[in-house]
Amino acid sequence: MLKVVNLRAGYGPLQVINGVSLRVQPGEIVALIGANGSGKSTLLKAIAGVIPQTEGRVLLRDQPVAGWTADRLARRGLALVPEGRALFHGMSVLDNLRMGGYPKRLAGARLAERIEALCVRFPALREKLSQRAGELSGGQRQMLAIARALVSEPEILLLDEPSTGLAPLLVAEIFDCIGQLRQAGIAILLAEQNVQGTLRIASRAYVMQTGRIVLNGPAAELLRSEEIQRAYLGK
Amino acid sequence: MKIGPKSGLALALAAAVGGSFLTPRLDAYFLNILIDVGVNIILAVSLNLINGYAGQFSLGHAGFMAVGAYTAAGLSTLVSANLLARFHGFEHSCWAFGCFLLALLAGGLLAALTGFLVGAPSLRLKGDYLAIVTLGFGEIIRVLLQNFESLGGARGLSGIPPWATFGWVYGWVAIVIFTVLALVHSTSGRGFLAVRDDEIAAQAVGINTTQYKVSAFVIGAFFAGIAGGLYAHSKQFISPEGFGFMKSVEIVVMVILGGMGNTAGVILAAVVLTLLPEVLRPVAAYRMILYSLLLIVMMLTCPRGLFTALGERAKGWLARPKNGGPP
Repeated sequence: MLKVVNLRAGYGPLQVINGVSLRVQPGEIVALIGANGSGKSTLLKAIAGVIPQTEGRVLLRDQPVAGWTADRLARRGLALVPEGRALFHGMSVLDNLRMGGYPKRLAGARLAERIEALCVRFPALREKLSQRAGELSGGQRQMLAIARALVSEPEILLLDEPSTGLAPLLVAEIFDCIGQLRQAGIAILLAEQNVQGTLRIASRAYVMQTGRIVLNGPAAELLRSEEIQRAYLGK
Repeated sequence: MKIGPKSGLALALAAAVGGSFLTPRLDAYFLNILIDVGVNIILAVSLNLINGYAGQFSLGHAGFMAVGAYTAAGLSTLVSANLLARFHGFEHSCWAFGCFLLALLAGGLLAALTGFLVGAPSLRLKGDYLAIVTLGFGEIIRVLLQNFESLGGARGLSGIPPWATFGWVYGWVAIVIFTVLALVHSTSGRGFLAVRDDEIAAQAVGINTTQYKVSAFVIGAFFAGIAGGLYAHSKQFISPEGFGFMKSVEIVVMVILGGMGNTAGVILAAVVLTLLPEVLRPVAAYRMILYSLLLIVMMLTCPRGLFTALGERAKGWLARPKNGGPP
C-alpha cells in the first residue's frame, strides 16, 4: 500500500529525516515510536507532502508519488491527521466534516451519507454537529480530526500523536477506535509517544531516533523485550 | 419570499441604476460623499476577502487601487481627449459608457495581474512578513507613480472625465458583495476559511493552500483596481499621495472594525468610517489619532470586530424571549 524508501526531508537547510524506509499494508496498523524530537511528525508530514522531500522514493499502491503536493496525495487516498488536532476552529463540526469530503469532491447525498456513517461510528459528534469545532473538548476534537480524515474514505491514514494531552480513559477510547479502523481494511501509520498503548494495537512497529529507523519488528515482540524497552523506549 | 443571491444581485444592480436617476436632485456635496462611501465599500469588502476570509494580512490595498486608478484614468483621458474633439456629445454617448467599462476592466485586470505577481512569491510568508512585503509593494507603486512624468508625476493626473456616477459605483458595490459572498459560501469557497483556520489541516484535507491564497489576493486586487478607477472618475483628479500607506491603513481599519470575515459588518464600517470625517470636520486634525485609538481599543475589547460583537449581542437579545431567558 504505502512504501517509503530511503526518504530524506527537513526544514530548509536543516535535515531532520535521514534516510527512512518503511512500508504499510492494507488492514495493518504500523506504529512509529520514538522520543520527542526523533522526527516522527516530520516524517509523516514529509510522506503526506506537507513539507518537501529532498530525496528518496515514496510509493502509493506501487505508484511513485515522491514530490507530490499534499492536495494531490489527498485526492489519491492518503489522509493525514495532523498533530495537535488541527481543526477548522471557526467552522461548525458539520462543516469540518464536509471539508473532509473535499479531496474526492464529495457533495450532496453522497457526502451526507458518508457523514451519517461517521456519526454512527462517532456518536459523540452527532450531538455536536452545529457547534463550533473550537468549542469541543480535547477528546471530541481528536475524534473529529479522525472522522474528518475518514470522510473521503482514504486507503491510508497517517495519524500524528492522537493521544497527546488526553486523559487515560480517552486515550483508550481513541486507541479502540483506531483498532476498529483496521478491520475496515485501512492501512494505518500511527506515530505515538504512548508506547505501551500503541504497541498493543499495532501489528508492527518502527522505532525512530534522530531521524533514522533504529529498530523494527512485530509489535508484540518489541513489547515483550525488556532490553529494547530500556534502550529505546525510555522504560 | 426568500431572495436568492442571483436575484439579490439583479435587484441591487437595478436599484443602483434606478438610484442614479434620482441623483440630479441631490446636493452635490451629499452625492460626493455617497460615492466615496461606495468606493470605500468596494475596497473594504474586497480586502476582507484577503484579510478576513483567507486570513492573509495585506497592507497594500491602496497600491492595487492606484494601479487600477492610473490605468483606467490614463486610458479614458487619452480616449476622451482624442474623441471629444471629433464627436460632438461624446461625453454622454453610449460610446463613453463602453469606454469607461473597458477602462475600468483594464484597471481591474492590471491590478489583478499585479496582485498575482506580488502574491505568488510572497504568500508563502505568514502574518507579519506578508504585511511587510505588501506594505513595501504599496510604497513602491506610490514612488513609481511619483516619477512617471507621463502620468503626471507628483503633480498628479487631472482632467479625468466625470464618468463615475452613482449607478456605476453602486453597481460595482453590488457586484463585489455578490462575488465575495457567493465565493465564500460555495463548497469550494469554504477552502478560504479552511486556509485561514489551519493551513496544515487544510492541506491534509486536500486543499491547495497556495492556489487559494493567491486567488483571494488576485480577486481582492481586481476589485481594488475597479475601486481605484471609480475613484479617479469621480474625483477627476488623482495623485500618488492619495494612494499612500495611510489609505491602506484606512481600509484595514474598516475591515477590523467591521470584523474580519464579516461582510455586513465591513460594509457598515466602511459607511461609518467614511461619514465620520465629514461629521468630525471641525476636529479633522485629530482624525488619525482617533483612528489609532479606535484600533487599540478595538483590539483590546472586541478583537473579532465591533460589528461582529454587536451583531452577536443583538442576536442574543432577539433570541432571549423565545427561550425564556438565559439559563
